[in-house]
Amino acid sequence: MRARLPDSRGISGRLWQPGILLLALLLSIPVLTITGFLFGPSSENWQHLKDTVLSEYLGNSALLAMGVATGTLLIGVSTAWLTAMCRFPGKTLFTWMLLLPLAMPAYIIAYTYTGMFDFAGPVQTWIRELTGWGYGDYYFPEIRSLGGAIIMLSLVLYPYVYLLARAAFLEQSICVLEVSRTLGCGAWCSFFRVALPLARPAIIAGLSLALMETLADYGTVSYFGVSVFTTGIFRTWFGMGDSVAAAKLASLLLLFVFVLVVMERISRRQARYHHTSNKYSRLPEYRLSGYKALLAFLACSAPAILGFFLPAAQLTSWALQTWDEMIDASFVTLTLNTLLLGLSASLLAALLALFLAYGKRMLATRPVHVAIRITALGYAVPGAVIAIGIIIPFAWLDNSIDSFFRDHFDFSTGLLLSGTLFTLLFAYIVRFLAVSLQTVESGLGKIKPSMDDAARSLGYRPREILFKVHLPLMKASVLTALLIVFVDVMKELPATLILRPFNFNTLAVRAFELASDERLADSSTAALMIVATGILPVLYLSKSISQSRVG
Amino acid sequence: MQPKLEVSQISVRYGDKEIVRKLSFSLARGSIGCLLGPSGCGKTTVLRAIAGFEPLSSGHISVDRQQISDEDHHLPPEQRQIGMVFQDFALFPNMTVSGNIRFALKGWRRKEQQQRISQLLDMIGMRDLAKAYPHQLSGGQQQRVALARAMAPRPSMLLLDEPFSSLDVELREQLAQEVRNILRQENITAILVTHDQQEAFAMADEICVMDKGRIQQQDSAYNLYHKPANRFVAGFIGEGVLIPGVVESPGSVTTELGAIQGMVPKGCKPGCKVDVLIRPDDIVHDDAAGETAVVSERAFRGSEFLYTLRMPSGIKVLCLAPSHHKHSIGETIGIRLEFDHLVVFPQEQAASSTGDSSICQSFS
Repeated sequence: MRARLPDSRGISGRLWQPGILLLALLLSIPVLTITGFLFGPSSENWQHLKDTVLSEYLGNSALLAMGVATGTLLIGVSTAWLTAMCRFPGKTLFTWMLLLPLAMPAYIIAYTYTGMFDFAGPVQTWIRELTGWGYGDYYFPEIRSLGGAIIMLSLVLYPYVYLLARAAFLEQSICVLEVSRTLGCGAWCSFFRVALPLARPAIIAGLSLALMETLADYGTVSYFGVSVFTTGIFRTWFGMGDSVAAAKLASLLLLFVFVLVVMERISRRQARYHHTSNKYSRLPEYRLSGYKALLAFLACSAPAILGFFLPAAQLTSWALQTWDEMIDASFVTLTLNTLLLGLSASLLAALLALFLAYGKRMLATRPVHVAIRITALGYAVPGAVIAIGIIIPFAWLDNSIDSFFRDHFDFSTGLLLSGTLFTLLFAYIVRFLAVSLQTVESGLGKIKPSMDDAARSLGYRPREILFKVHLPLMKASVLTALLIVFVDVMKELPATLILRPFNFNTLAVRAFELASDERLADSSTAALMIVATGILPVLYLSKSISQSRVG
Repeated sequence: MQPKLEVSQISVRYGDKEIVRKLSFSLARGSIGCLLGPSGCGKTTVLRAIAGFEPLSSGHISVDRQQISDEDHHLPPEQRQIGMVFQDFALFPNMTVSGNIRFALKGWRRKEQQQRISQLLDMIGMRDLAKAYPHQLSGGQQQRVALARAMAPRPSMLLLDEPFSSLDVELREQLAQEVRNILRQENITAILVTHDQQEAFAMADEICVMDKGRIQQQDSAYNLYHKPANRFVAGFIGEGVLIPGVVESPGSVTTELGAIQGMVPKGCKPGCKVDVLIRPDDIVHDDAAGETAVVSERAFRGSEFLYTLRMPSGIKVLCLAPSHHKHSIGETIGIRLEFDHLVVFPQEQAASSTGDSSICQSFS
């Protein structure tokens, strides 16, 4: 049955499709710009970069990605299997506690750990006091290193793998596991030969999300002094002031990301075909006891403690020491700025997502589908790439307008777009519209077209249906979309650093700047606010998971 | 009596594709009609055109002699006072059972709403579940709520789109009977759309068999089975096979099973080759009979066996036999014809199986 909303033939209906296509075109400006540089002419600096540091960027990025892949897979898959298939003390608690690291931005956990584990930190001080050793008398791993960055990113990104893998394990039909047992396969054998291969598409999808975040990360690697693509882009952009070379680097990074997107798309498609049975009976649980239960308990508590509770505790203790100094008029401005940005970006994203989702529901034409897919690609593109991809065309536009007015009307318009909040908002929309759209679409999917028809046959006009049927049903998903985008914007660092107006700071920027100046304790108040807000969507996520199925 | 609903020569297009072609039928007040046909035959489109969700490209539809749709004018669905029960029930998940029914009572006074709701809850026997939400209900219960909601504002007609298709088979027939009783009690004119003939037989007074956007035959269930108007209806309704025969005289056709008496359609002169419809109940298993056939397949159906028999010439026919007559495959058994209705189609038409309504049918 075709869904056809009543107004689709009106004027608004006729403007809908061109509107969607135009939006898709606008939002793909950054990616198109950067892609253009992949093939475009190079500058002198680029040649220099290529000869000197490019191989280091490439190597480090690859090592980082491989390390994080190993880390997130180890933590994510093992905890997913334990909480999905086994029974041991604290299991229900771990099910949602394991999600908490999602609330912890990587750059915050990075400098928190640095504060705890570097030479002057409490851990090493304690060791020295205990043993009487001095500097150089003992070996302690350097946290500010590539290895440290891998551990930090793995600790906060494993929930992506955990979430999708756990859902896949739970959805696996009880039948296949029972079959494997009737064929004489024990618990370990069932895991490696049946459950893991079946969950592979979901695990790969989760892994590609984690790796996208890894490639997008700037805060952690820059703080740890690891030279990867994002730090390279910043160095080239701000240090050398060479936009062409920076865009070239960005285009190479985009190439990496593209591979990940393809990988994720393919595995998601495969994941859909893997459910052969819809039996929703309770899965057989392996009851663990004795040392096995203890091991499971430790395996699940370690990621939650290391990825969330320990750094959160450290942040809290710092904040308790410094908050009365840190919370002043400028801090209030910071908070207001962050609120303003977050709210306007999330509102705008929700409005556009509604526009796209309803357009797709009513029109369902091929161009519309393609356009919506394009707009949804932004989630994969690193913030730094988006920022460079926006600033270059916007600066060109500003200069063109300016020179046009100077030539014809003899006055200067100055920079209309560059360095404005509008530009920053545009970057956020490019990056986070997909998140909003996904939430809104899943909400709209619950309103079946037949519900519209039912309401009409019961005497309601189209406008009344919008208010009486759609509004109450969509409220929750739109609010969720607002919340998720708000938190994402609040945490976002690289694009904000590049695009923010002069002297305009947010909590994330402030926390990062203070931490970079080695004022770790001072940065904790801002960081703690980001983390606390970040918990909200995590709680929502864990609630919706527990509702969907009793694990 | 003036018909309640009149559908006259309607066509519906989706783009270039004509889904419904010059289709007409009418329905008497208080009766239950059914559009029966394979999926994709356009039956749901006809229903949606009556409800006002699809515009007509030609023809017109009137209810109580009032025109509600033609190619230029189209009364919006919300002004038609035609209730509809949807295939997926389309209950609002955020409203309780009584909330869903209350939604339908737009503009009623609070007190009247309460009365009507409790009346409907009694009718569907779900008074205890008034405060339940749709996801807490079983499929059959959701179906009843959808029916109550559609009937709540006392619509002038009720449309049901495959209302039982998402339910268990056992539940279907029971609910079909229940719904029929409710519609009868309230004297509601209703149209049901389905691809399941058992459902159609259980619910409807009058059945329109549809194929390829056209009505092939409008008749009672009995007549559809015993007097199919064309090859399509003969094949779609019930079981049976067509076997070749030759017209002997205006009152007799010779087949491999012997001569069959009955009226032969006018166009078929003696000597003319025809196909004769043989239903499983036309062939009676009789050990004393002279005619024999070999059992090639056997299906046990509880009280009876459905045998597929191979005639000496290789033609296969179906035969229903009481289940104590157990024969194994390969066995030769005696059969006898017991014919009430002779259904004959001229053979020239076999090529054009589009089932043009040139009816070639007769009965004794």
